Amino acid sequence: MRILVVGGGTGGTILANNLARRLSAEIRARKVRLTMLSASDKHMYQPGLLYVAFGQMSPDQLYRDQASLLEASIDFHVDPVEQFQLDQNQVRTQSGKVHEYDILVIATGSRIVPEEVRGLTEGAETFYTEASAVKMFKRLREFQGGKVAVVVGVPHKCPIAPVEVMFSLHDYFKARGIRDKVTMKYHYPIGRIHTIENVAKWAKPEFDRMGIEYETLFNVKEVDVENNVVKSEEGTETNYDLLIAIPPHRGMEVIEKNNLGQGGWIPTDRFKLTMKGRDNVYVLGDTSNLPVSKTGSAAHFEAEVVAENIASIVKIGAPVRDYDGKVYCFIEAGHERATYAMFNYLNPPDLKPPTKPMHWFKIAYNQMYWTSVRGLL
Amino acid sequence: MSESKIIDACDTYCPGPLMELITYMKQANVGDTLELLSTDEGSAADVPEWIHKVGHEVVSNEKVEGVWHIKVRKAK
Ligand SMILES: Cc1cc2nc3c(=O)[nH]c(=O)nc-3n(C[C@H](O)[C@H](O)[C@H](O)COP(=O)(O)OP(=O)(O)OC[C@H]3O[C@@H](n4cnc5c(N)ncnc54)[C@H](O)[C@@H]3O)c2cc1C
Repeated sequence: MRILVVGGGTGGTILANNLARRLSAEIRARKVRLTMLSASDKHMYQPGLLYVAFGQMSPDQLYRDQASLLEASIDFHVDPVEQFQLDQNQVRTQSGKVHEYDILVIATGSRIVPEEVRGLTEGAETFYTEASAVKMFKRLREFQGGKVAVVVGVPHKCPIAPVEVMFSLHDYFKARGIRDKVTMKYHYPIGRIHTIENVAKWAKPEFDRMGIEYETLFNVKEVDVENNVVKSEEGTETNYDLLIAIPPHRGMEVIEKNNLGQGGWIPTDRFKLTMKGRDNVYVLGDTSNLPVSKTGSAAHFEAEVVAENIASIVKIGAPVRDYDGKVYCFIEAGHERATYAMFNYLNPPDLKPPTKPMHWFKIAYNQMYWTSVRGLL
Repeated sequence: MSESKIIDACDTYCPGPLMELITYMKQANVGDTLELLSTDEGSAADVPEWIHKVGHEVVSNEKVEGVWHIKVRKAK
């Protein structure tokens, strides 16, 4: 049995390590071969980018060598896939190699596409890449006061980021003693300040207490860079001195080019996590079109289900578990307090008031992540 | 080309039905019809509010066996 994992990010890495352990005897006996193809020899802890944007982590702290995170029995190659030939059960890579499989897992993640909104690339700071997070931090350091506007593109990964960045900005300006010289306005695409109703209910009084203004039903249409104005699809506009954007996302180009899914999102069965119409192709994390949040947490819980199911297919010929939509998200409520949201398809999250210990748990998790992707946590 | 597409956002808290619809609206062509399925009571009001504000069109909005079926057309 040849199992091929495409993508060595959060989902792919947890899945491959989990499978390598579950199938260690079969791999040793050469009954199973487990291969991973990825686009990079490095693994980035993406949630750390928010800390880089506020000068609390340096970019080099976000990386580990991908090979060092993988079980030795995984055959790992840095060689991105260019063609998915699903009818032939094979993929073709950049180097021209063809890899055949019996079971394929696609976990290629998502990318930002700020260029889809006119003026956003030139006009806004963001923190979704290493370079943009460093640039945002430098802008924040130079900022002496004025109007800060935050806008949110759809869809985007890490749905908690829009509220977290507001709380962090508030605390950052307070620490620099210039909060009274800054006005802050938050813009959100739907009719409340967060897509999860209980997060919106919890965050609203926090925004009020911190003096953060908000406008809902604001989908960013274009940025007039010359006049420092951001305009919405809904016909409103906001002036700013500093614009911060959660950029809109798409799945990877390779997914779109191979016609696996519009927008780079692969149609996925929400319980089995198989690609619709393909029983031997699984989809993990950001690249699925599932209406669950695009988070490392969703990728993590999905990877555990898929690993258990693939291992069972090898051992007993059938999968054993369904994905229930589980997600767990830390929510930083500033530089010293945090809470969390845990939910699945059927049960909404119940938010507790933020505490200091929860913040320190998140800081500890920033290191524990490396244990987590090794599949040990 | 005009097409009709179903977006199943039943039983979701995040990103939520309206956010899902906004995603698919961006990908659609002017004239396309999209049908959003939602079990969230709020959607029946939220979705038409957004559709009117942006200037698209609500074709129909009905509840069938606990699921809201909201059909919309991309107008611009
Ligand atoms: C600023 C920020 C804050 C975040 N905060 C949180 C948070 O607090 N909590 C949380 O749970 N999540 C958070 N996330 C989201 C989280 O990082 C992602 O959702 C998660 O990494 C998705 O995992 P994935 O496996 O789907 O994709 P990724 O981890 O992005 O991995 C994709 C992999 O695919 C590889 N790849 C791409 N193209 C190809 C190809 N053609 N062939 C082979 N390999 C390919 C890439 O090299 C990469 O290794 C945050 C993200 C950002 C940017």
